[in-house]
Amino acid sequence: MAATKGSKEQKYDRQLRLWGDHGQEALENAHVCLINATATGTEILKNLVLPGIGAFTIVDGHTVAGEDVGNNFFLSSNSIGKNRAQAATELLQELNSDVSGNFVEESPDKLLDNDPEFFHRFTIVIGVQLPESTCLRLGSVLWSASVPYLVCKTYGLIGYMRLVVQEHTVIESHPDNALEDLRLDQPFDEFKNHINSYDLTSMEKKDHSHTPWIIIVAKYLDRWLNEHDGQPPKNYKEKESFRQMIREGILKNLNGVPEDEENFDEAIKNVNTALNPTKIPSAVEDLFSSEQCNNITAQSPSFWVMLRGVKEFVHSEGSGNLPVRGTIPDMIADSQKFINLQNIYREKALQDAAAVTKHVENLLQSVGKPAESISERDIKLFCKNAAFLRVVCCRSLAEEYHVDSVNKDEITSCMDSPDSEMVFYLMLRAVDRFHQLHSRYPGVYNYQVEEDISKLKLCVNSLLQEYNLNVNIKDDYIHEFCRYGAAEPHTVSAFLGGSAAQEAIKIISHQFVPFNNTFIYNAMSQTSATYQL
Amino acid sequence: MADAEEPEKKRRRLEDLTEKMAVDSGHMDSGCDWDGRWNHVKKFLERPGPFTHPDFEPSTESLQFLLETCKILVIGAGGLGCELLKNLALSGFRLIHVVDMDTIDVSNLNRQFLFRPKDVGRPKADVAADFINSRISGCKVVPHFKKIQDFDDSFYRQFHIIVCGLDSIIARRWINGMLISLLSYEDGVLDPSSIIPLIDGGTEGFKGNARVILPGMTACIDCTLELYPPQINFPMCTIATMPRLPEHCVEYARILQWSKERPFGDTSLDGDNPEHIQWVFEKSQERAAEFNITGVTYRLTQGVVKRIIPAVASTNAVIAAACATEVFKIATSAYIPLNNYMVFNDVDGLYTYTFEAERKENCTACSQIPQDLQFPPSAKLQEVLEYLTETASLQMKSPAITTTLEGKNKTLYLQSVKSIEERTRPNLCKTLKELGLSDGQEIAVADVTTPQTVLFKINFTA
Repeated sequence: MAATKGSKEQKYDRQLRLWGDHGQEALENAHVCLINATATGTEILKNLVLPGIGAFTIVDGHTVAGEDVGNNFFLSSNSIGKNRAQAATELLQELNSDVSGNFVEESPDKLLDNDPEFFHRFTIVIGVQLPESTCLRLGSVLWSASVPYLVCKTYGLIGYMRLVVQEHTVIESHPDNALEDLRLDQPFDEFKNHINSYDLTSMEKKDHSHTPWIIIVAKYLDRWLNEHDGQPPKNYKEKESFRQMIREGILKNLNGVPEDEENFDEAIKNVNTALNPTKIPSAVEDLFSSEQCNNITAQSPSFWVMLRGVKEFVHSEGSGNLPVRGTIPDMIADSQKFINLQNIYREKALQDAAAVTKHVENLLQSVGKPAESISERDIKLFCKNAAFLRVVCCRSLAEEYHVDSVNKDEITSCMDSPDSEMVFYLMLRAVDRFHQLHSRYPGVYNYQVEEDISKLKLCVNSLLQEYNLNVNIKDDYIHEFCRYGAAEPHTVSAFLGGSAAQEAIKIISHQFVPFNNTFIYNAMSQTSATYQL
Repeated sequence: MADAEEPEKKRRRLEDLTEKMAVDSGHMDSGCDWDGRWNHVKKFLERPGPFTHPDFEPSTESLQFLLETCKILVIGAGGLGCELLKNLALSGFRLIHVVDMDTIDVSNLNRQFLFRPKDVGRPKADVAADFINSRISGCKVVPHFKKIQDFDDSFYRQFHIIVCGLDSIIARRWINGMLISLLSYEDGVLDPSSIIPLIDGGTEGFKGNARVILPGMTACIDCTLELYPPQINFPMCTIATMPRLPEHCVEYARILQWSKERPFGDTSLDGDNPEHIQWVFEKSQERAAEFNITGVTYRLTQGVVKRIIPAVASTNAVIAAACATEVFKIATSAYIPLNNYMVFNDVDGLYTYTFEAERKENCTACSQIPQDLQFPPSAKLQEVLEYLTETASLQMKSPAITTTLEGKNKTLYLQSVKSIEERTRPNLCKTLKELGLSDGQEIAVADVTTPQTVLFKINFTA
């Protein structure tokens, strides 16, 4: 049943408020590949099907066993004996008729042998409960094809995720606590003129009490600068002095008692942040110095072309600053004064964006591309978010696993605390070794638990030796990992299911910032950690 | 393949597999279990381990306890509730009750995965229970299409653990108060068997939290009321005379124009009625045009009128999973439970922070200490009312105040019944002295935020 745009608006309303129509469009154009429809896999997919990804394909060569049905919402006892990809696809498809579900009854190893380019078509590949060799083989194919890869594993009460993406650019990172871009320390001409159009001393009470705090601070800053040789308030004492100056500007009634002027209270409260110097964030400066920004070619993604355009703006029209963002926070003021002030910032932002657009057009032309290849709308969005741009680059699995490039420092320094989540990363690597050696995981059957402890310990030691890691892993963890018997309890799978799905949505939509690059969840203590390995 | 094997076949397979069985499987219960069904769960119940709870003893009986005896109450069958029911059912819990007073709306479908377009309009509790019971054989979820306040202590007492996926702080405080009222003390010592653990989860966009509350022992909802800042409403004078934001224009239409113009007769504004929202939207646009304000859209209008909080499947999945893990730990003593509060945020990477929320010494809900209030005898009753509603640690909604005067129960002020409100309204302007209250007088306050009346002692200041 084809959904009308209206009914989809209603259904997706709660999430459209987070990533907008353009984010939803990106989702609906995405094709996600899931390898292995275990509980973890189907939980991840559920959280992608519900918000309406375009399509998914499950790759799984396994036959459904009794224990698979026990922890998996998307398998039923009817599925026992069937191919797991097919069985899970049916029940996942049923969640959302907007989504197109497909399955391939094949192991990923076979596909890698016969048709590795199969994986090139996907927006993202999610590999679940993969043995190490398969995981690395797949990683290598996807790295060469620049297809984002998310590795997930639930092992007992431990959840693990690894993101592998070479270069992921984010324009809309939606930071939780963004500083305002008010330019009080470097007022642009139109702003200066607007400030000068106010004369606080000659205002009636009504106007005086409804003047935006930005104007008040600007006016008093002017006075301060005149009285202090052009130097703004710098330390606590001077800022207190400045606040007092503003406080004295509050109108007094006939008895000399200060009136209730909330806008002045707001000005005083905001002095600290208002006096923050306008600065390009260091993260953005780093992007400006990168190779991709300074070497624009016809192949450069539009992110880098726009960034270069902004950089050139900074060095010319911007006089060292990013394009004006154009938004101001709400504040006590009458409608007209507020709207007029807001328009000052909005118009400047438009002006700056137009200047950036010129630079972008020149860059495009210089590499033989039409000026329209990047839309004005996209450039405006880029300028508005200029202070919040982020680029996430993850190391490849090959780098993580190679003896010469393993991140020894991070591993050993975390293991200074022997109970840090890093111990679980090492145990998962050890368990992979065990599997490679014995073609099974430790402690799956009751009678194996005891005897596998010493076998697993050998794997732990050989792992530490191979990578020359001078760390100590407590026996308790080795015992615990044998106890787990490669169990995949549903609640831990569900936690990872939510976590991984949202990271995949970030990759697909290019909104919000993905983790970099290893996430460990410990359900025993309800703690987690992120490492860059 | 048939759901249940013929007995002869089943017996033979069992013998073949005994050697290889992952865990002891002497029993095939209820006839609806199949080989290996509970393998993933059993490893945590039947094997000793170095990190288990000190009280933990590996046994094949723990699984039976989960399947046949342990009773769990899930409050809410929405974003968190659907996930919780699934998680509990797939962890071995079968005796589950679920309470939810709402019916299904199309905007629920992006995350409340037990519901389908055909279910819109039906009670959430009923549809959720049906789905779980049919997908997970043996599970017996009992639905209640009711408010939590419709039940009394005899209902709540039957549960081993209660887990909440609510969207209202008032409701949370109510169930918190209910469980505290079930506690029994002997000679001032808390009887542990009267404690019903409360696992509480909450989400908003990409943020969420999960907490474990042992009423009478650990921090309760009211102990940490300051973690929930009061909802901010726009000042009336901004809305009425100097709008600046599109939201101000919507509030103008919703609060002032609707009651004045009565576009649909005597009906009150219904945020779920598209015609109502359309009317508010158009009026908001007019107002915005008058003041040169941009940005009024249908989506924004609806968001303001309904106070919509954005929501996605992923955050609910994470928080409900953490909560269900705690239910499992507590029910089985498999591990030491979360002590006691975890926050989660995946806006930038994934961030969790786990800490022990502390009990408040003079918590109105769980400290058992009657609260002291200080007022001069010349203070008006109105001031006491404002104190009860505006203090961050109390945040009552519409408290009803009664006291005992000359041996008789007297209602000083009550808002919820119109006739009584009219009769007692003049008391608000009277001083405490005029009302006959003396120094140290106890007043009893009832409010939606608590199932039991709270006692306060009024101490006169100079």
